[in-house]
Amino acid sequence: MLNYLADGLLLLGGFFAFSGSLGILRFPDFFSRLHPAGTSDTLGQLLILGGLSLRVLLDSPDAGLSVGKLIAISLLLFITTPASTHAISRVAHLAGLKPWTGEANNDGEATDE
Amino acid sequence: MNVELITALLVIGGAFLALIRAVKGPTTYDRVLAVNVFGTKTVLLLALLGYIGDRTGFLDIAVLYALINFLATIALLRFVETRRLT
Repeated sequence: MLNYLADGLLLLGGFFAFSGSLGILRFPDFFSRLHPAGTSDTLGQLLILGGLSLRVLLDSPDAGLSVGKLIAISLLLFITTPASTHAISRVAHLAGLKPWTGEANNDGEATDE
Repeated sequence: MNVELITALLVIGGAFLALIRAVKGPTTYDRVLAVNVFGTKTVLLLALLGYIGDRTGFLDIAVLYALINFLATIALLRFVETRRLT
């Protein structure tokens, strides 16, 4: 039963990791690209590392060190990913980059930058 | 085909898409953002490959890579903002 839970967590995390990158590639503007980069990356790493630590714990119950390292990576990324996204958006805003308010063409790209 | 391998392939695909944005990106901030996302995907891929290949030493590399990725993003942003690294 817990095996299936770990499988589901891993697949859902992989889906979020892929769709976040798809959003970064497809969104029309820098400030809109911040959204998939910040949110889906955080959720994706949480799900993938959670499922992986559950799988490691199910495979060998005495692998406490590996699970501790996985939780440490997850906590680290949980703090640093939103912090770096915020830093990038702050620097871009202070440098005078304006949010785009125009129309998109058929490819989803911004028509006038 | 087991689940860890499928997840690793999805993460590799995501890293490739972020790399396309890093090459294409109109502004410097797009490139910094894409490189940051690529680093996060690399950490995830290292953890997954450590489980698939049964090498626990990969987790230490993943911890180091997460730290270096954050520091590199902040250093790049400081360089872009002030054109100095001190």
